[in-house]
Amino acid sequence: MTGLTGAYVPGGSILHRLPAGAKLAGLAVSCTALLLLRSPAALAGAAAAVVLLYAVSGVGAAAAWAQVRPVRWFAVALFCVQLVFADLPAAASSTLRVVLAVALAGLVTLTTRTGALMACLERCLTPVRFAGLDPFRLSLLLSLTLRSVPVMADLVTRVRDAQRARGVERSARAFAVPLVVGALRHADALGEALAARGLDD
Amino acid sequence: MIRLEDVHVRLGQREVLRGVTASLTERRVGVVGANGSGKSTLARLINGLVLPSSGTVTVSGLDTRRHAARIRRGVGFLFTDPDAQIVMPTVAEDVAFSLRRKGLAREEVERRVREVLERYGLAEHADHPAHHLSGGQKQLLALCSVLVLEPEILVMDEPTTLLDLRHSRQVAVLLRDLPQQVVVVTHDLALLEDFDRVLVIDEGRVVADADPAAAIGHYRKTMA
Repeated sequence: MTGLTGAYVPGGSILHRLPAGAKLAGLAVSCTALLLLRSPAALAGAAAAVVLLYAVSGVGAAAAWAQVRPVRWFAVALFCVQLVFADLPAAASSTLRVVLAVALAGLVTLTTRTGALMACLERCLTPVRFAGLDPFRLSLLLSLTLRSVPVMADLVTRVRDAQRARGVERSARAFAVPLVVGALRHADALGEALAARGLDD
Repeated sequence: MIRLEDVHVRLGQREVLRGVTASLTERRVGVVGANGSGKSTLARLINGLVLPSSGTVTVSGLDTRRHAARIRRGVGFLFTDPDAQIVMPTVAEDVAFSLRRKGLAREEVERRVREVLERYGLAEHADHPAHHLSGGQKQLLALCSVLVLEPEILVMDEPTTLLDLRHSRQVAVLLRDLPQQVVVVTHDLALLEDFDRVLVIDEGRVVADADPAAAIGHYRKTMA
């Protein structure tokens, strides 16, 4: 999740300069292609292509690892399960598929400003107008979601600190209650701020 | 020109304001009072976020009950916690969000956003995620998003409560230079020193209404 909310690495590579729509379309196409690739050799080729794309983007190894890191345990678990129920080539290729798809998605967020991504989404959402929905509201919903992730993460940290300070680390209730109350409070304040900024006028 | 006439506000069982009458015409008006005294409610009355249970609030001759939307276009509001006020993921987007209904060309929006961010020293953060800013910078961003609309009146609800001394002073200096009428609710008494008028609220009533020195003196005595 942190990808969309803060991982943009400024740069001038061809990947940075491509329009957001093209990158999202490319991501969709290449993830489909990953699913269709059967032979381990072809997947190895895809892996090489992803590495090459990262090299071209110039975002650096640390940023690349930060994209894949969150799924590392999932990848290990997937590999083990597949190994038990299938065979080694199948386990290797399905794990590689997941990791490559995550890496590609990460590459899009690393090379695209949030603003460009949201503008692209708003354009793509224009047809929902015919279904009676307001594309502006939908894109606002997405923006608010993105904005709320770090705010909620801060809240979690504060609640955890408060729990530790009071020595009730293990109590699920001492975690859940303040978290829910805090989230609702934030929702109230956000609603008030949106009204003050003329959202419903 | 902000006019409150015998304003009562009841929130649930609690009577938060009990008959406030005041005409605020001065350029700098401060409001102080204990926690729970009703001063935040008073601030919210001015842009129609809270409506009076009885009595009337008018801003530039418009009743907040009937013209809340129009009044809000002319009254900027700055909240205590900038995290709630910043609604867009990145700095420039949040300022641009304020301008979305102005019908401006994209270049003009970008120009105004850049201008206001430069004025308040946030230009280099334009494309950064809002949560990468410090608390003080977030409050500045919230202020930029309000000021880009050039409101006639600015209402601030404890704008310096979460700020360190340096950023509080920065807000005080900013306040001095703003052309708008400004109403500030605060516990930061130093902020009010060069104000034109200060109201002291206690238990939902105005108990003092004078120049800063006299009003703050009264406030200190009641709090002792």
